[in-house]
Amino acid sequence: MTDQFQVTRRTMLAGAAIASAVAPIVTATFAQAEEAPAKMNPTDLSHLPRVKVELVKPPFVHEHTQKAEGGPKIVEFTMTIEEKKLILDDAGTEVHAMTFDGSVPGPLMVVHQNDYVELTLINPETNTLQHNIDFHSATGALGGGALTIVNPGEKAILRFKATKAGVFVYHCAPPGMVPWHVTSGMNGAIMVLPREGLTDGHGKELVYDKVYYVGEQDFYVPKDEKGNYKKYETAGDAYADTLAVMRTLTPSHVVFNGAVGALTGENALKAAVGEKVLIVHSQANRDTRPHLIGGHGDYVWQTGKFNNVPDRDQETWFIPGGTAGAAFYTFEQPGIYAYVNHNLIEAFELGAAGHFAVTGDWNDDLMTAVLAPSQV
Amino acid sequence: MSTFHAALSNPFLQTLVPVAILAGLTAGIAHQTGFLTPQPSTAALFAPQTVTIPPRTFTYRSDGEFIRGTYATDAPMQTVIESRPLTIMKHQVSLAEYGVCVADGVCKSPEAVSYSLGNVPVTGVNYDDAQTYAKWLSERTGELWSLPTDQQLAFAAGTGFPDDAFGLEDDGTNPAIRWLADYRREAAERSKRDPVPRILGSYGENEYGLSDFGGNVWEWTNTCHRRVQLDKAGSVIRSEDICGVYVTVGNHRAPMTSFVRDPKGGGCAVGTPPDNLGFRLVKSTEWYAPLLGALRNRGINL
Repeated sequence: MTDQFQVTRRTMLAGAAIASAVAPIVTATFAQAEEAPAKMNPTDLSHLPRVKVELVKPPFVHEHTQKAEGGPKIVEFTMTIEEKKLILDDAGTEVHAMTFDGSVPGPLMVVHQNDYVELTLINPETNTLQHNIDFHSATGALGGGALTIVNPGEKAILRFKATKAGVFVYHCAPPGMVPWHVTSGMNGAIMVLPREGLTDGHGKELVYDKVYYVGEQDFYVPKDEKGNYKKYETAGDAYADTLAVMRTLTPSHVVFNGAVGALTGENALKAAVGEKVLIVHSQANRDTRPHLIGGHGDYVWQTGKFNNVPDRDQETWFIPGGTAGAAFYTFEQPGIYAYVNHNLIEAFELGAAGHFAVTGDWNDDLMTAVLAPSQV
Repeated sequence: MSTFHAALSNPFLQTLVPVAILAGLTAGIAHQTGFLTPQPSTAALFAPQTVTIPPRTFTYRSDGEFIRGTYATDAPMQTVIESRPLTIMKHQVSLAEYGVCVADGVCKSPEAVSYSLGNVPVTGVNYDDAQTYAKWLSERTGELWSLPTDQQLAFAAGTGFPDDAFGLEDDGTNPAIRWLADYRREAAERSKRDPVPRILGSYGENEYGLSDFGGNVWEWTNTCHRRVQLDKAGSVIRSEDICGVYVTVGNHRAPMTSFVRDPKGGGCAVGTPPDNLGFRLVKSTEWYAPLLGALRNRGINL
């Protein structure tokens, strides 16, 4: 029965053939270049300045300016795909994750509108699967997916112009196996800032002191007959069972940044009263509804696109699956805040919760305890 | 009774006479009602290893939530002169021991236990499960076993008992200072721990031979959570017991609702909860313990 799902490295790689069917033009280009991998040579951009970015692991974001300095640039990124085992929770539940640059979510990339993103995507020989990348911020070729299909031991370089301002999801989309790769952690986000930085849509500049990137991830870990989460030797071994769980549309885990509790405790997000914080939140596969318990979203781009006027004073905002959103908030009160998916079952039972630890002076005007809890 | 005491000045008789009278009465009642059954012949099979804590005077941080004005503050220290020894299980009740009660059809299976090794503390048990086990063990051994109070645990744990005080420079105007301190401490503690239960004895013994206290298994007590309101000078204005929520103790105290088996995100949304919930029991060694036990079996708790 599981024969049809039996996945070996060879059948994974066979996906390449299907890929060719999806992108016949690209295949033709490759086919003509028999000796060396083909290199497209489009518009001459040699006059543009180049900058190289060192990506950092979420929830942190690499250094960047909020307003663009000078004209458009070519911004170079390198991401290495890592297939690795991740521990999802305190009980030691394992998943064979697929990651961009080793983390779930992949790192947040930041450029400005009309910059060129030039990504070197490396699939090391040590991996077993074929991968690619689909940028929702890019135009054409399945978001770049058709130009970046890399087998283990290969790399590809994709350049696209970031014409739309906003936060956008990127994810792996190998032919025939898109949802499996995406729900194995292979997604992240890119932030394309307006060249003049963020505004409230009415001329007021919104300058953040800190930016955090929260990547929400649904995982579908199979259970054995006793109800315990199963462990597998390889991703391929887990494939058939995982697909069966995926088809129930019922995740076993919904987590922020790769594991239950990854943004809590010593890894809680830090802020101070008066600080302006931009929270970028992506969910590549399912809808989510972020909420900051005890705070608000002062300016929220629910679907993440900065040339729209942000919503004001939001309690909870809705991010459709396959979208990144952004919320701008100035903390006004010290303490511990929970930042959750306000489907509270997903937050507290499945893991979609993080914390902000905020220092500063208490504002009695905003809130005061008139009577401590006591008997009526 | 008072006339007896007045008439008899011999200290030996002072003790012996009421004891004899009470014992006679007890035996009579017991005989009439069929309360007392002889110790089961299989009792030794179930007898857990115990340690005896010798009498001493000790000081520990009071349990409960103390509020000065409208915000939480450190609980005061409490000094106890304990004149009687305490007999307590050396180890937390193990999965294997608990499993016998489950096999007997009395105890419920523990929740979310994914390991099969028996020589680890039972976890995934709530307050009621612990009480059920205590009653079952008492019947099996003919002894009186019960959950310890918070104070008894402090007595047995000695220097290993946690002091939850922050000692913050807090003028009572910023409640967040305490929340943040609490959060940081629990986060720091948690990051050092592996929540998977370990083989009995892994966390070592304290000065009285008590094993594994303060490891990654929090222990249920019989002590109701309480909220104590202090005035500005620190004197108690009122104290409210919140039964249904019981004190659990590990390397910090955690009030826990009685039906919880698997502690998760504490409070509304924040705070680091206990890793696991388990328990150990104390044995009543008073001569009238069998009578108390028999009464408890009939639903009468003294």
